[in-house]
Amino acid sequence: MRKLPLVLTTAAMTAAAAPAMANNLTVSVELPRIASASYHRPYVAVWIENPDQTMNRSLAVWYQQTRNAEGDGKDWLKDMRTWWRKGGRAISLPADGVSGPTKAPGRHTVSVSASRLRNLPAGNYTIVVEAARELGGREVVRVPFRWGGPTTANASGSSELGAVRVAVTR
Amino acid sequence: MKKTLALLALTAALAAPMAAQAHRAWIAPTSTVLSGNDAWVGFDAGMSNVVFQPDHAAMRFSDLQIIAPDGSKLEAKNSATGRYRSMFDIELKQEGTYRVANVAQGFMAMYEQGGERKRFRGSEADFATAIPADATNVQASRTFTRTETFVTLGNPNETALAPTGQGLELVPVSHPNDAAEGEASTFKLLLNGQPAANVDVTIAREGQRYRTATEEVATKTAADGTFSVTWAASGLHWIGASVRTDGANGQPGTNASYNGTIEVLP
Repeated sequence: MRKLPLVLTTAAMTAAAAPAMANNLTVSVELPRIASASYHRPYVAVWIENPDQTMNRSLAVWYQQTRNAEGDGKDWLKDMRTWWRKGGRAISLPADGVSGPTKAPGRHTVSVSASRLRNLPAGNYTIVVEAARELGGREVVRVPFRWGGPTTANASGSSELGAVRVAVTR
Repeated sequence: MKKTLALLALTAALAAPMAAQAHRAWIAPTSTVLSGNDAWVGFDAGMSNVVFQPDHAAMRFSDLQIIAPDGSKLEAKNSATGRYRSMFDIELKQEGTYRVANVAQGFMAMYEQGGERKRFRGSEADFATAIPADATNVQASRTFTRTETFVTLGNPNETALAPTGQGLELVPVSHPNDAAEGEASTFKLLLNGQPAANVDVTIAREGQRYRTATEEVATKTAADGTFSVTWAASGLHWIGASVRTDGANGQPGTNASYNGTIEVLP
């Protein structure tokens, strides 16, 4: 009887100090096939937002990483307007484990290992995915999730993004 | 007779503010938020009743002050003057915020001579010799007009936004390149470096040509010179304000005006 609160406290302390220590985060992003005579792969950013909607960190940024006749791929990063304004503009790209080339339509997975997230305190967060396409539109999909133990959460876009699935696994 | 007098009074009352507010000055950037290592931005500048709609007069660049993110001065490129708009480009090679301003200082006076109302426009130095000896009711004013906008490459900074302490200026509480639809921005007006309290501020959104209502917003600065605006829609927005300070002891008064352009993104 006396021991129970003690055990709970210990558990709570452990959770606070090393929250979700062994948890991996997986975000799967569906890029819909869009019938367009001038289809270009979208720029996509995936990030974690704090409860106050500020950016916690970027998990993935898919963009043209080279320079071509039209310019440098970084010239259009600002078209992911929400990501850019919330903190994308403060990041120096390319960034290890974050930058990647643009992806073809289909399902893509962003896997973030526990070691990269060990400094993320347990709590409620939102995974935000933003896609912006040349000669196309822009869409933001938000998936609220709980960081602390295994869980899943889903949401779906309607134009530039399909299903977005978030999974926290041990 | 009575009616005529009343009409005359009304006409005069209407004419006074019209004269003061006629033709707004504006600078319209081709974009304000940019990414990459270098970028170009073009600017159109003119004066017209409907802001950003070039249909009256091109802007004369008396003193184009382009301040780079590190505080250094930048030269305009590809300058040209059209009938209704002046234009130039700048090349952004430094990350941060650029302040692009046209600063016009002038001198004007109203006086009466032989019962006739006359106007002088020119330099203050010329005024002393230009004014007739029999001029009466002389009202002289120094004019100081700042017309400006802001653009940012990469991460914004505020070095270029430091006030000069001259005329009416806008200093950020919110960053001018951080305005988003549905959110609020707060700015502060300074007159010669001091907070400009209780000043009328007009905010007009672009595209009035394609709608029937002006959709202008009128507000006033608080005691500390600040004012806030909640952006109802995206687009280029013109912020206008002016302060008249009467002259005393034979000194001319001052007309200080501010015209700023802020882009609001969705």
